[in-house]
Amino acid sequence: MPPGEGVEVADAGAGVVAPPSARTGWGTIFLAILLVAALAFPWVFRLPYHRDLVIRVFLYAMLAQAWNILAGYCGQISLGHAVFFGTGAYTSAVLQTTWGWNPWLGLLAGVPVAVALSQVIGYPCFRLRGHYFAIATIAIGEIVQTLAINWEFIGGARGLTLPFQKDSLLAFQFHTSKYPYYYVALVLLVLCLLVSWWIERTRLGYYFRAIREDPEAAQSVGIPVARYKLIAMAISAAFVSAGGSFYAQYVLYLDPDSVLPLSLSILICLLAVVGGVGTLWGPLVGAALLIPLSEFTRIQFGGTGRAVDLLIYGGLLTTVAVFQPAGLVGLLRR
Amino acid sequence: MACLEVQGITKRFGGLVANHNISFAVRRGEILGLIGPNGAGKSTLFDVITGYYRPEAGEVRFDNHRLVGRRPDQVNRLGIGRTFQKLRPFNAMTVLENVMVAAMQHRADPLAARGEALRYLEFVELADKRDSFARDLSTGQRKRLELARAMATRPRLLLLDEVTGGVDQRTIPTLLQLIGRLREQGLTLVVIEHNMRVIMSISDRIVALHLGEVIADGPPSEVVKERRLIEAYLGDTFVVPSGGARASGDGLRGAGEGRA
Repeated sequence: MPPGEGVEVADAGAGVVAPPSARTGWGTIFLAILLVAALAFPWVFRLPYHRDLVIRVFLYAMLAQAWNILAGYCGQISLGHAVFFGTGAYTSAVLQTTWGWNPWLGLLAGVPVAVALSQVIGYPCFRLRGHYFAIATIAIGEIVQTLAINWEFIGGARGLTLPFQKDSLLAFQFHTSKYPYYYVALVLLVLCLLVSWWIERTRLGYYFRAIREDPEAAQSVGIPVARYKLIAMAISAAFVSAGGSFYAQYVLYLDPDSVLPLSLSILICLLAVVGGVGTLWGPLVGAALLIPLSEFTRIQFGGTGRAVDLLIYGGLLTTVAVFQPAGLVGLLRR
Repeated sequence: MACLEVQGITKRFGGLVANHNISFAVRRGEILGLIGPNGAGKSTLFDVITGYYRPEAGEVRFDNHRLVGRRPDQVNRLGIGRTFQKLRPFNAMTVLENVMVAAMQHRADPLAARGEALRYLEFVELADKRDSFARDLSTGQRKRLELARAMATRPRLLLLDEVTGGVDQRTIPTLLQLIGRLREQGLTLVVIEHNMRVIMSISDRIVALHLGEVIADGPPSEVVKERRLIEAYLGDTFVVPSGGARASGDGLRGAGEGRA
């Protein structure tokens, strides 16, 4: 039956090709093992150092995955994502120190603030293409950091110290043992992965990829490109903001240099690129490799100045870029 | 009854007037051939109609909707599909995904969109390539993919930019058959085409552009005799002062094949 106006295709083709979810099996088992291992980790490794390391892996993997939703799926390379991290960190911290808000509420409050900011930034910047968009986001990141340094209300260059409280889930503080932080970070990461997984399987993901491939062609099939870029930006900013709030609560101190630097924006991008842009597991793989590696090189070569760990970093990046431009996840696919 | 009306469209790029006061109408159910030498303003006109360019003057009406000022996606949602002269498939997506994306406008569920997309792929005879990446297709296959993608948005009017350009001779009959079947389904088509034999045989009516202006508008049999058209394609030395039948027929065919 040829297609055309009013042709009924409701029962068409379903089952002709296996849906993407059909290729499970080993993957599901592997995922289950991974999840059990992640849940059991703090009970096996009891040193705060190990826990701290994995908490950072989870946090940065989540940030990189959130960046990946905008940049990997939708093709809008942002180098200013620290803005949303800082927004989340500062919103929850200021609400807590100034008005005594509960930090969990602060985390939730940071999300809409970051989303609103992402729309304000995205609306004009999405008119720019490719490199120009990336450059604009760098500039905005720098502007926001400068504003934060000079804004006394949020602590200026001195930063903010969050009040030390007794261990409790409600207060979002756990000092005797770090494992609750660990699980909070894990939940954030799993949530972000689930949302990405869902995006990949719905119209949203198809539209994002079409926009990444060719925005003009995407428009020609009826996709409101600007709106979908803003949606990608909103989802991305929401998770990065939550990560920022978590970080503030975890470290209990924040200043423009720790939560708004360009280096953070670049690190987020780097992890996803090394692991595999536009893939579900790439950012996690990138974080699981690079975060421990940077810790290791810092411990081994830290005394020699900052250069050596960065040299190793740079060498690794170059290797990936030359031999595996699709990222490390691309290796597994071969 | 007019399906699409182009009314006095003028589009400039700096000092270059790509379209100058262009007017014509497309009747429902017909195939209108849009011809003219390179640089005549044909693709620019497509871009104006579909919202990629905003004209300096004029209006385009489609089923009583004004199109000027609308975005390309809005124009598509009103019922106008298009292909591009320089092909633009979603390269890193599979053939099937390319068409699914378009079908999702009416079927948000990927599984339903998949079923619908497969039908369009069967229609353009690309179903066996559904899992290939679009970038791995030949030019002729990509043309058919773009056609399937445009059709999957369920348009009433299709604008096809260079159906046979860059396609090897053996593939041309397949593409022409497809166009014939599109018309049978009641679609209205505007086709840009350089191959004169092709365009003269499939079109109900021809509009010829030269340097951004309409120089001929009428049935193919009349348009070929148009003196300005022959001049535009071949220069005035080819125009025989009276009658001109020999020069027009042979000359036009020669020009068309030279480009194809």
